[in-house]
Amino acid sequence: MKVLVPVKRVIDYNVKVRVKADQSGVDLANVKMSMNPFDEIAVEEAVRLKEKGKVSEIIAVSIGPAQAAETIRTALAMGADRGILVKAEGEIEPLAVAKILKAICDAEKPMLVITGKQAIDDDSNQTGQMLAALLGWGQGTFAHSVELSETSAKIAREIDGGLQTVEVKLPAVMTTDLRLNEPRYASLPNIMKAKKKPVEEKTPADYGVDAASRLKVLKVTEPAKRSAGIKVKSVSELLDKLKEAGAI
Amino acid sequence: MATLVVAEHDNKSLNDATAKTVTAALAVGGPVHVLVAGENCKAVADAAAKIAGVEKVLLADNALYAKMIAEAMERLILSVADTYDAILAPATTSGKNYLPRVAAKLDVPQISEILKVVSPDTFERPIYAGNAIQTVQAAAGKKIITVRATAFAKAADGGNAAIESLAAAADPGLSKFDSEALSKSERPELTSAKIVISGGRGLGSGENFALIDKIADRLHAAVGASRAAVDAGYVPNDYQVGQTGKVVAPELYLAVGISGAIQHLAGMKDSKVIAAINKDEDAPIFQIADYGLVADLFQALPEMDQELAKRGY
Repeated sequence: MKVLVPVKRVIDYNVKVRVKADQSGVDLANVKMSMNPFDEIAVEEAVRLKEKGKVSEIIAVSIGPAQAAETIRTALAMGADRGILVKAEGEIEPLAVAKILKAICDAEKPMLVITGKQAIDDDSNQTGQMLAALLGWGQGTFAHSVELSETSAKIAREIDGGLQTVEVKLPAVMTTDLRLNEPRYASLPNIMKAKKKPVEEKTPADYGVDAASRLKVLKVTEPAKRSAGIKVKSVSELLDKLKEAGAI
Repeated sequence: MATLVVAEHDNKSLNDATAKTVTAALAVGGPVHVLVAGENCKAVADAAAKIAGVEKVLLADNALYAKMIAEAMERLILSVADTYDAILAPATTSGKNYLPRVAAKLDVPQISEILKVVSPDTFERPIYAGNAIQTVQAAAGKKIITVRATAFAKAADGGNAAIESLAAAADPGLSKFDSEALSKSERPELTSAKIVISGGRGLGSGENFALIDKIADRLHAAVGASRAAVDAGYVPNDYQVGQTGKVVAPELYLAVGISGAIQHLAGMKDSKVIAAINKDEDAPIFQIADYGLVADLFQALPEMDQELAKRGY
């Protein structure tokens, strides 16, 4: 069974983002970039399924600037077999990403697509669901655990208030949540090996997709800041203040 | 043309997120209709009909929608999409699951988790876990929007909308519900609770969360935790408030033994009142707390329990 794993290059999750003074976006200059953490979980899950003998080949795909090749190399070092880099500059909206991925799925015919539930930059949480809809496939979003058979996947999903398990026919799309697994660190020998794995380069036009933005970002601003309040001296004073504020 | 709100519910009662999403929908432009999809959920439709500003309730009562499975919901919403300019759903795990499918099939981008309706086609939404706010203008065509319910006031009661039944759409046959394991708690759900009390690594153990539970019971509060407390194994992951957990905005957020890492603040900084108890007076949580108490939580919590009892809570 072939698995496709879309991965996105984003600002590293440890970096505190800075909004640009001209409000055009956040500052990406000289900022550490990494693979979207939820996508790392997706790669890890695919590799584990391959180690269990359920998956035969893992293809890592990234859509982004030339440097997204590094993100693909990371996936290859973790255990993916080959990569496809779709070079595109600027913000590519989830719908355009889903269309490109659909075209790749049409060509590669994977039985399962595993990707992060959302990217930690635009927090859209759309791509997996959009891809599933465009392909006419079922989906298991926010996956907590998965049991894979030849024809279906039983996916336990993190929902508000607990877990929900759905059985989805294959081919299908699964998006990962935090508790699915803990991604491995690539070993040095695997990083070296990854350099030899094949990576194809494409453009959105190769797939007949117009990647231009359809939403117009008017500005990006800092969130309203909360200022520090007062220090109280005792539990009883705290309760008095909360009562005054109508909070209890 | 009208605006459609897809209701969030459990087949028995209407989740408050729906009335909050109606507030956003009214700002986008009326008339506002509400779609209730579920099984044996007439009571939910009745409740939706009472929301002020709702003109019509569409009730799709069919086993296919009992668990609001995404693939079936996509077909159902598409069956009425022609009639609407905008389709909104609360950004719950359910809304996030089905709505992007609808957007993709309509070939329009989705605008996720809006915090504010600036004008009928312009919205504010959080990016980078709320560390930046994006103001975005919708493209031509239908607007497909998920709404962060905690950012909107609940639409008042007092409506008297007509309820129309809506035929089920074809079963896509792609997936089926298997089972669910919902956390059983007498306490309110984290994301909809009016008061949230969260514990951090300062609690020192899972057993010590009993100190928090006691206060929560007195105040009818939900119990949350920082990622540090979850990672340390004190409480399960569904307690987690923060960038990688749940985003809450209750009337009162009481942070106990939580230092206030950026990742935690991202999940609670929009709470109306924030109070913090921490023994370290330099803890970053005090920089955003309205009321800070520098104290040992192992003394402060039992004292608070007694004090609340004395005050009749």
